[in-house]
Amino acid sequence: MRVLVAMSGGVDSAVAAARLVRAGHDVVGATLKLWGGESDSGCCSVADVDDARRVADRLGVDHHTFAYSDEFDRHVVGPYVDAHRAGVTPNPCVECNRHLKFGALLERADRLGFDTVATGHHARIVAGPDGVRRVARGADVAKDQSYVLAGLTSERLDRVRFPIGDSPKDDVRREAAALGLRVAAKADSQDVCFITRADGRARFLARRLPLTAGVVVDGGGRPVGRVPAVETVTIGQRRGLGLAGGAEPRYVVATDPATATVTVGTEADLRVARQPLADLGWAAGPVDGPLDWQVSAHGAVRRGAWDGGAVAWERPERRVAPGQVVVAYSGDVVVGWGTAAPVQDVRTDQAIEPHPLGA
Amino acid sequence: MTPTEPVAYLDHAASTPMRPEAVEAMLPFLAGHHGNPSGSHAAARVARRAVDDARDAVAALLGAAPGEVVFTSGGTEADVTALSGVAAASADRPGAPPAPVVVGAIEHAAVRDTARALGAAGHPLHVLPVDRRGRVDPAALSGALTGAATGGTGAAPAVVSIALANNEVGTIQPLDDLAEVLVRVAPDAVLHTDAVQAAAWLDVATLAAPAALVSASAHKLGGPKGVGALVVRAGTPFAPLLHGGGQERGRRSGTPNVAGIVAFGAAAAIAVAERDERAVRVAALRDRLADGLLTALVARAPGTVETVVHPGEGRAHVLPGHLHLCIPGAAAEEVLFLLDTAGVAASAASSCSSGAAKPSAVLAGLGVPDALASGSLRLTLGWSTTDAEVDHALAVVADAVARAVTPIEVEPAR
Repeated sequence: MRVLVAMSGGVDSAVAAARLVRAGHDVVGATLKLWGGESDSGCCSVADVDDARRVADRLGVDHHTFAYSDEFDRHVVGPYVDAHRAGVTPNPCVECNRHLKFGALLERADRLGFDTVATGHHARIVAGPDGVRRVARGADVAKDQSYVLAGLTSERLDRVRFPIGDSPKDDVRREAAALGLRVAAKADSQDVCFITRADGRARFLARRLPLTAGVVVDGGGRPVGRVPAVETVTIGQRRGLGLAGGAEPRYVVATDPATATVTVGTEADLRVARQPLADLGWAAGPVDGPLDWQVSAHGAVRRGAWDGGAVAWERPERRVAPGQVVVAYSGDVVVGWGTAAPVQDVRTDQAIEPHPLGA
Repeated sequence: MTPTEPVAYLDHAASTPMRPEAVEAMLPFLAGHHGNPSGSHAAARVARRAVDDARDAVAALLGAAPGEVVFTSGGTEADVTALSGVAAASADRPGAPPAPVVVGAIEHAAVRDTARALGAAGHPLHVLPVDRRGRVDPAALSGALTGAATGGTGAAPAVVSIALANNEVGTIQPLDDLAEVLVRVAPDAVLHTDAVQAAAWLDVATLAAPAALVSASAHKLGGPKGVGALVVRAGTPFAPLLHGGGQERGRRSGTPNVAGIVAFGAAAAIAVAERDERAVRVAALRDRLADGLLTALVARAPGTVETVVHPGEGRAHVLPGHLHLCIPGAAAEEVLFLLDTAGVAASAASSCSSGAAKPSAVLAGLGVPDALASGSLRLTLGWSTTDAEVDHALAVVADAVARAVTPIEVEPAR
């Protein structure tokens, strides 16, 4: 099989490539140059390209660098900034996987004569008795990345491999060390690859959109605090709201950049019985009954059932920030994915655009 | 897959194979003569003599007196030294405004980015537009220099840098016409020309005669990488970039790369001796490749054009080894990948450190629309190019390109 391995310069994709070589496949490595700016934590600095190339050299495979910065800007960075502007939560890793790694790169791999694209994601692909391929959790639950891969259809998954999805991270590192790969002890990449630790989200956004100082109000509309930038406030947030201490903890339950207002409430206010979704897609048709729902990349799952317009939780759960990707699991297997909509008991003028690749 | 040598190496503008004579010439200075030419003993004299012999050969190539040739680490250092050297010299005039810097719109990055840095440091920067063939308009140069001259009395003379031949598309500049403008409008202006690409093909000694500074690079004409030269003609206002031991008559400190310089000299001598014969032979190969490819590509990738060459007007204004195409709907990275797989070494634009294709500033300067520029393909031939290589390219390039432009049906994510 002819395999194009997306090599980020990290240990996971390095071992993914090594395993494919060992299995006798015709392997070519490619590093996606996604971001032209400075990055100390992500996947596309010059040092990372060097690491990927040197690993490929060590494995005896060709390595290429593909420039995708225009596509990355269009599909990931632009929407990230726009989401903040609109006061909704962006999903940059999900967008990058859908549009870049398993979008543009997969299409390119077809044109270049590859049978499949492989990555170093901690996830597995399982085929059900119905013949439909679905993403499933990686063997290393702490490193599982199935959430950010949700939305890949069976047709696409047919042309994708995750060679390290069945291994704990420690095994991956041990294997890299045994192979003498220079990235064996390299630190894991961080969440948003185009924002440096030194810069931070607020300064990154401040260069790209006007940030609005906002007023924090309680459920009765009374001002209780101030925030420097309403665009960077997230549902469920507890700190940085300028609230007087002492009282019962209060959390953000709604944000509205249009009126520069952040509404706070108690833990009880934060919890809802039903979480509406703006869209919901199923891997192979709707699944009735209770499922596990994951509402952030590394969060715990909640139990609930889709009732046609919302997820009805088994017990009240914290509301999910509008725009956030929500993934439904049956056991370890991804069976559906959608995008959180605003909870309507809180007055808001926000209209949530359906996810472009969502349901 | 292990890296293998291509069947058709068509990236001579990036680097051309070393002439065997140049390899032969440098070996004694790697394996034997190790003296530092700045010394006073016999071992030093051997090295000194060899460097000076090479200096004579490079001086003959570039049309300079041997004492005007400054050896550098390559073409980039020569370009940067030329622009910064003249600009720095102009700073010696107390109270005078900084020297204006005038460059063409399609200069090599070494010139473009140095000019930009000088602009950021306070030198008035003028970028001259080029016509569809890539040639600087003498009227634009005249306008820029007239504007620059009104910058104030006592202003330092302008630095003007225009390459004798472009590295990406191969356009040859009519340097004489531009020099005429200088004589008329700004006789004090200092003209630099980057002859890195031209040196293998053109009579630089004659064509670059109006320039006070001329850059060249050994590995573009059969010498080794890591060595170049800058002609600094007598009387040119110049301050060195590299300070130190005062080598190269104080114009470029640092122990000279003796073996590299010796090989550069050997390659320069051959380049001069067989230039005209080679230019005719390679131009014929290039024309065969160009005409064959265009016919095949226009059928399979409609809209494909030969950059800076328009149908019916010939290729006299393009270097003999250059063929540059723009293929609508093709991603250059994919074309190069498929060509690599098919045994053809080519490039999208100029070579770049990361290996990833970047948008070409040269094509932007030429006004090539993005949709065309993103499908750019540069095939460059050289002294070692054979009929068989051209045959191989003709057999595989159109197929590879067609695959990269063929739209495929991809299911949307949902």
